[in-house]
Amino acid sequence: MSDNLQPRGADDTTFAQPLYTPIKRRSFFMYAGATAGATALVLAGCSKDSDTTPTSSTISLGTGDVGVLNYAYALEQLEAAFYAKVVATPATDFQTGELAYFTEVAAHEAIHRNFFKAAITRDAPGKLLQDLTPNFTSIDFTKRLSVLTTAQTFEDLGVAAYNGAGILIKTGAYLVIAGQIVSVEARHAAYVRERLAINTFSSSPQIDANGLDKAMMPVDVIAAAQAFITEKLDASTVGK
Amino acid sequence: MNFFQLIDQLAEVDPDVLDRFDSRRAVFNSLGTLARRSALAATPLFMGALFQKAYAGTASVSTDVLNYALTLELLEADFYRQFIASTLIPGGAPAAAIAKIKQHEDAHVTLLTSTIRTLGVTPVAGTSTTGVRFKALPAGATYANYLAVAQVLEDTGVRAYKGRAAELIGAPNDLLTIALQIHSVEARHAAQIRTMRGQLPWINNNDDLKTDPAYLNGVRNATGTSLTLGGATFAIPAYDATKPSPLESNVLQGATAAAAAVNTATALGTPYTADDAAAAFDEYLQAAEVVDASRAGGLLA
Repeated sequence: MSDNLQPRGADDTTFAQPLYTPIKRRSFFMYAGATAGATALVLAGCSKDSDTTPTSSTISLGTGDVGVLNYAYALEQLEAAFYAKVVATPATDFQTGELAYFTEVAAHEAIHRNFFKAAITRDAPGKLLQDLTPNFTSIDFTKRLSVLTTAQTFEDLGVAAYNGAGILIKTGAYLVIAGQIVSVEARHAAYVRERLAINTFSSSPQIDANGLDKAMMPVDVIAAAQAFITEKLDASTVGK
Repeated sequence: MNFFQLIDQLAEVDPDVLDRFDSRRAVFNSLGTLARRSALAATPLFMGALFQKAYAGTASVSTDVLNYALTLELLEADFYRQFIASTLIPGGAPAAAIAKIKQHEDAHVTLLTSTIRTLGVTPVAGTSTTGVRFKALPAGATYANYLAVAQVLEDTGVRAYKGRAAELIGAPNDLLTIALQIHSVEARHAAQIRTMRGQLPWINNNDDLKTDPAYLNGVRNATGTSLTLGGATFAIPAYDATKPSPLESNVLQGATAAAAAVNTATALGTPYTADDAAAAFDEYLQAAEVVDASRAGGLLA
């Protein structure tokens, strides 16, 4: 008897809370939700059919969430390779503390790169993007200014890339991990900007009049990063 | 309408669907019991409420998240107003930096307020004397005291946006993108404040404030699922005591519904120090943890 009574009481409370109360306030949205669901089904159907075969000289970053992960992996490969070289051949005019700073950032970016490699291998075996070959010929690693300016470019671009990719991610856990990384990139960006010029840690035009950071879509980010990557990348299907 | 068939179909387009329900176990459990008792589960109204819960981001829950964000922005904006009014900030670069941060927090307040209003919901409000505002620091507070509070506020803000971003998946009006764009600006602020304090720009195991609740987890008091602040009422997810948010020293990252986390110190091929592994990823906080008296909740006037 008591076995029956106990759970029933508990049920009634859980029943009343989440169901009755929200229904009135939110009944409108179930139609919106149903439409969104139907649209998702249609879109999911489309993406499978519209997979394009990449041309021989171009590497596709792929589709769906795995595409987003490989896109992030490509950017982290670039950043990690850059900072590894900064640390291996330090600028001759680094100021006090700057090499120590870059050594830590190099570790963060290598960890990001290797994390994506592990996560993609774990969740989508066989779909891992290949190792990319960086092209750093435009960077003078012996000069502090060249290194800091490039670091700023990469970090600001990384922030904009993760911000823009958020809406392409379908899996909540992947969105959270992207959020966990982008704020660290933003910290890097703010710091390196401040090393270059006082009070630029979040200045215009990087931050707009609404106090918003940049958000860029994958094709635009890859277009900006392409000059530093030997292989030609195609980001047009990322998240689709 | 066959409920379980629909779930199966959703699982095809959204492998995460079962996890969505699982994370709101109370709703899912009540379905099972109800289905036995009545045919209610077959009605569209019931389905709507259930999916509303599971796919929170697609509907009105968005404004709950925005009001939650607005509460934090109002708190920050009023804190910086008081910081500037204290006249403790040295002129030059420090004053310029705090003015810049204040300008952004004000912009976030304006943007979120108008967005919530556009969506037909009452936004949380606050002025220097009413509604959501910062509880003044004790008399005699120093510049260093204010900066320490600023760091905790900014780092908490960064954790807070992460904690609810997933609820905005599929939300209309680019709300997720806007939230992310604010989130990274808060991280830039946090980095700047930390630099001004002589700390590393990222959260790390050697921070002087590492034992502040902002960097830990858990709640001091059990919080409800509804907050009434500054003339508005909004919902927050119930505190899930079985899954307290990670500590900032965490090195286990990327767990999904289907796969275990990756140890970023020991399982990435190359070993990394626990300090570097922890610093490479910021952590989230549950909403109930953020508004707890030990964190932002304790800073409200």
